[in-house]
Amino acid sequence: MTTGPIIELEKITKTFGEGTAAFQALKGVDLTIERGDFVAVMGPSGSGKSTTMNILGCLDVPTSGVFRFLGTEVQSLTRDQRSLLRRKYLGFVFQGFNLLARTTAVENVELPLVYRGEGKAARREAALKALDRVGLVPWAEHTPAELSGGQQQRVAIARALVTDPEVLLADEPTGNLDSERSVEIMEFLAELNATGITILMVTHEPEMAAFAKTVVHFKDGLVERIERDHHQREPVGAARCSARPCSSPSVRSGGTSCAAF
Amino acid sequence: MVTLGRGVTADIEEQISSLGSNMFIVFPVQGDRDQLRPFDERDVEAVREQVAGVNFVAGQVESQVTAIHNGQNWRSKVEGVNNEFFDARGIKLDEGRRFSEREQQSGANVCIIGPTVRDEIFLASQSPVGEHMRLNNVSCQVIGVFATRGAVGGSDDDNAIFMPLTNVQRRFTGNDDIGYMVVAYDPSYSSTAMSHALVSLLRERRVLLEGQANDFDIVDTAEINETVASTVGTMTIMVAAIAAISLVVGGVGIMNIMLVSVTERTREIGIRLAIGALAREVRMQFLTEAVVLCCFGGLVGILFGFALSLGLSSLLGVPYVFDPFINILSFAISALIGIIFGYFPARRASNLDPIEALRHE
Ligand SMILES: Nc1ncnc2c1ncn2[C@@H]1O[C@H](COP(=O)(O)OP(=O)(O)OP(=O)(O)O)[C@@H](O)[C@H]1O
Ligand SMILES: [Mg+2]
Repeated sequence: MTTGPIIELEKITKTFGEGTAAFQALKGVDLTIERGDFVAVMGPSGSGKSTTMNILGCLDVPTSGVFRFLGTEVQSLTRDQRSLLRRKYLGFVFQGFNLLARTTAVENVELPLVYRGEGKAARREAALKALDRVGLVPWAEHTPAELSGGQQQRVAIARALVTDPEVLLADEPTGNLDSERSVEIMEFLAELNATGITILMVTHEPEMAAFAKTVVHFKDGLVERIERDHHQREPVGAARCSARPCSSPSVRSGGTSCAAF
Repeated sequence: MVTLGRGVTADIEEQISSLGSNMFIVFPVQGDRDQLRPFDERDVEAVREQVAGVNFVAGQVESQVTAIHNGQNWRSKVEGVNNEFFDARGIKLDEGRRFSEREQQSGANVCIIGPTVRDEIFLASQSPVGEHMRLNNVSCQVIGVFATRGAVGGSDDDNAIFMPLTNVQRRFTGNDDIGYMVVAYDPSYSSTAMSHALVSLLRERRVLLEGQANDFDIVDTAEINETVASTVGTMTIMVAAIAAISLVVGGVGIMNIMLVSVTERTREIGIRLAIGALAREVRMQFLTEAVVLCCFGGLVGILFGFALSLGLSSLLGVPYVFDPFINILSFAISALIGIIFGYFPARRASNLDPIEALRHE
């Protein structure tokens, strides 16, 4: 594995549609992300955050520009090669959880391992370990419909973690959750980041961005501003609540502990 | 359906083989004259003596009668025949015996009755053999009962009474006429040669001039056999065609179900693709589902068809012929339909854009 940056975007553009209906969603994005970073992507609606995340997640390809992931130029890979990259290095957490409805929590978590060709017993073991990390082992045999939103998102995180990915991509992971559940999820992501996983997350809420190390601001399809060494909030019960991220009343109500686990 | 068709074929083939092969049935027709000229015992004799390759000839004549026993009346027909006729037509006896040589020559008042006659006017508790009955005003003794021949084309062949030919001619028809004759020949002779020999002999005996049409007809049982078999064969092909059409219709149905399931499960496909499933893995998943669905359907269909064939064949009185080939074939076709009609939905699923699919509600 290379020692350079884990992700490099150079002059990335993305145009949707053709002719007069063409719309340029990204207009030349340059961005470098180092291994172990925790990046929050912010910006107004329609500024190209999700488009960028889809490209970073190898789900989509840029119209022009270079996207290097672990040194590989992704924009020239085939569909299946990108699938293989995803299954090997990437974990996804979506705003809408996106669990398979008719399967249990543990089966959902096992799914990425199915495509890695792991045996049944190994799959089950790894899935239960991942569920343990998000504290949901007692719910392993429940279907998504029997779980709360916060629990479903934790199952989704377990599913993203089960393959030990290099990068976790999360597009508005707390968008469908109330602020208490959101803080739980964010603290969990911060803990994960502390173990070495690079995290990229889109959020609209400064309270959630406060957990990140780096905040990237998008505007009109371009990176407007990058805050490095962002005044990061400490996970779990830390006392550093002085900074701007703690301005939200719902979080402040937690007292000295900013979190409400 | 195909099974049933085969059952009918087997049934008819059996009926025809009971007719006997290597055999002609010869009967008078009008030809150029305005009157039917029947055969008589001398024609039978001539065929027996003068045509090479003839094994035996049996004449038959029949007349409608009322059978009376114990005050019970029953409409039936009396058939005048000799023992050879039983061999020619494959008629077996349930009980009793055939005519003796003396009875045949003297035209004794003995008879062999059919099961219908027995059931209608004789007591079930007692064998009719040895009993006396009256046919119109002729009294005769029952010496045997023949085994059921079944009902073919609406006429009940079991409603018959056999008496020696000479007796029926003397007591019922009042002349020497023969209704038709059955000519059985050696299988080593060709049927065309035999039929030519028969035609020239009979033309000569009936004094037909050159240019005059035959006033008799010769039917080859092998020919009947073939005609019927080919008719039934056509029937089976038609039935198979109907089955094939329903298979295609069913296949399109499966394809629709699978396409609907692709639409319904778009989000699931998106999740799988995002997680890193390859296009071909998603394709395989849908293809497998379609094939499993079709195999299951095929199995249910075979069981259902089995039950239906059994039911119908007993209803139609046709024997049930289990054909493993047709069952394996239908199962294989079901699986094949799963593959063919599952392919398009599977391809559609695997070509979905994961981003679009995930956004799908
Ligand atoms: N598949 C597409 N076809 C056409 N236009 C698209 C497509 N996807 C995105 N766009 C357009 O590209 C622009 C950027 O979209 P994007 O989803 O990246 O915004 P975003 O920053 O994630 O916004 P939000 O905060 O609302 O999620 C929008 O104007 C959107 O309408
Ligand atoms: Mg978005």
